Amino acid sequence: MMPAARHPTPSASALTASTLSTGIVPPEPPTIASDRPVQDSILTPSRWWRVMTALSLVACLLGLVCLQVGTQYIGVGRIIGLFSSLLFDRPVDERMVDTTGVILFQVRLPRVVLGFLVGSCLASVGVALQALLRNPLADPYVLGVSSGAALGVAVAVLFGIGSTVLALSILPVCGFVGGLVALAVIYRMAATHEHLPIHSVLLAGVILNAIFSALIMFITSIMEPNRSFGMMAWLMGSLTAPAYPVLAALSGYLLIGLVLLFKQVRVLNILALGEEPAHSLGIDTERVKRFIFLVSALMTGAVVSFSGMIGFIGMIVPHAVRLVLGADHRLLLPASALVGGTFLMVADTAARTLFVPSEVPVGVITALAGGPFFVYLLVWRKDRLA
Amino acid sequence: MTRIDSTAQIPGGGPESGLVAHHAYTVGGVHFSYGPLRLQGEPWVLRDVRLEVAQGEILGIVGPNGSGKTSLLKLLAKLAVPQEGEIALFGRPLRSLSHALLAQTVAVVPQDSPQMFPFTVAETVLMGRFPHRRRSGWSLGFGWEDREDCQAASQAMATMDIAHLAGRAVTDLSGGERQRTMIARALAQAPRVLLLDEPTAFLDLQHQLGICATLRRLCDKRGLTVVIVSHDLNLASQYCDRVGMLRAGRMCTIGAPAEVMSVDVLQEVYGCEVLIDAHPQSGLPRITLPRHGMPFRG
Repeated sequence: MMPAARHPTPSASALTASTLSTGIVPPEPPTIASDRPVQDSILTPSRWWRVMTALSLVACLLGLVCLQVGTQYIGVGRIIGLFSSLLFDRPVDERMVDTTGVILFQVRLPRVVLGFLVGSCLASVGVALQALLRNPLADPYVLGVSSGAALGVAVAVLFGIGSTVLALSILPVCGFVGGLVALAVIYRMAATHEHLPIHSVLLAGVILNAIFSALIMFITSIMEPNRSFGMMAWLMGSLTAPAYPVLAALSGYLLIGLVLLFKQVRVLNILALGEEPAHSLGIDTERVKRFIFLVSALMTGAVVSFSGMIGFIGMIVPHAVRLVLGADHRLLLPASALVGGTFLMVADTAARTLFVPSEVPVGVITALAGGPFFVYLLVWRKDRLA
Repeated sequence: MTRIDSTAQIPGGGPESGLVAHHAYTVGGVHFSYGPLRLQGEPWVLRDVRLEVAQGEILGIVGPNGSGKTSLLKLLAKLAVPQEGEIALFGRPLRSLSHALLAQTVAVVPQDSPQMFPFTVAETVLMGRFPHRRRSGWSLGFGWEDREDCQAASQAMATMDIAHLAGRAVTDLSGGERQRTMIARALAQAPRVLLLDEPTAFLDLQHQLGICATLRRLCDKRGLTVVIVSHDLNLASQYCDRVGMLRAGRMCTIGAPAEVMSVDVLQEVYGCEVLIDAHPQSGLPRITLPRHGMPFRG
């Protein structure tokens, strides 16, 4: 049927068998002296381990400091003593009568752990969304995902679900649904336009934020006053010490989300190149995008349902980490998780200690730190945002 | 670079497929438009395009703005799917090939797009190794590059003359350096078919020549098949085995540069007159713009 079909040559059939699959035939003999320059300018496993170990150490040390300070100072020796007594199974009564132990284990430890988890999840979601939208300013808070999740939770609370035993499992799901609605809008925009300007995504986030905030305010205003006060406090972003079962449930959601995101690190690298290059490198971009959006909404929903709207961590932390450690998501994602966790842990400690006896919502602190940074990026680093 | 295990995945052993192995691409009667099928009267972006790309040749696609050059390239890369007509890659319908498999055979260099994130040049080039990377469950998808990947990347970077930029961030590169990085990424992919969209748009003369010579060498020595979309008629004339001219979504003419590049054809396709003489070295057509702006005829 084709002209060539009439002239089968031996070389043609030889080619078929050996080379129809892949590769130039055969690989070119290398003409280069060494691959040293490449080795030196990429992320290597040894560098990964060095950075991650250092960051983990810093996180642990700062965690220890956060456990020490508060209305009552607890020395390092005391903390170590209390932990060892917990580990080596001293009688329960002995720990419980000790008020220091109560403060440490019932108030500070869960709060510090919660802060770390929430911070690392927000930072990881920020990394994922930034790669997906190819927008270094993307952040669950800025894009309206957080307020979508908050709206979902607020609706659930309005209908009284929040006070039932189901709350533990239902509230994160409601938050998930709300966050998903917001992401669906962003996704529609990102899917229909080939090269979506950064600013129009941000604009969509602003509009979503406005709509969701209005609805949340509406819900708050028709609630009973004492419940609406609790709602406002939660919305501003707070990390009040959770009970251990709650903490365990939250860590469940978040750890699953983190592992699912970590499995996509190389794909995130390629997606950051652009949609079509990713496609031509063999990635099913639509499927991956949907998957990452789902995981992001799940994590944001879980975080918001427990700690309200803590903003800008998902933007500041990945940005700073990228500046220092480079853009490779294999390092960027876990390092951002560690730095984000540490950052929120410290910010929360500041929130509860700086203005004793009153306590500032940690969302206020992160917004005060993140807002100006955001403006700085938007106004003075325009050239970098194309 | 050739992996034995993936040979089995594109069965090419059958007698029929063996016979058409000459053709890297067979495009038959392709109609294409973006979005869902347009209403009646709406124009196709590509209409009834037929062409064959022989293995080891360089095919140039030229034509005015909006004539569908980039769309055709997207169809060949399966970044878009035609509404009508079939495209076959080495005798296999493109539809039946998965993207992962396709990525091991076909590399694409897209038009320049600004980069957002400060990946280093070496990291960007190494992304071309992604299709050849074995996935392993225990490493959480980290898939560290091995020696072979680094060597392929170094080779590609040396070929594209960007080895000295290895540690620079792609966000800090000039347009031409970024372009060379993207071509190096495609070369590191070790493809059998290379699709390039305006590869020389941002390049200085030296690197334009360098890239053309490299492509020529890979085609002649390694059997690489190249499809180039370009605005540069002279480059197409000097370096392509055949040139196809698109106009308003139709393939006007396709053939060796000496047959295709004539004053009449160019006038028909581009709607303006040009001067054509012979290149002093190769004797191939050389296109020159006339001194004064020519009036439109048509």
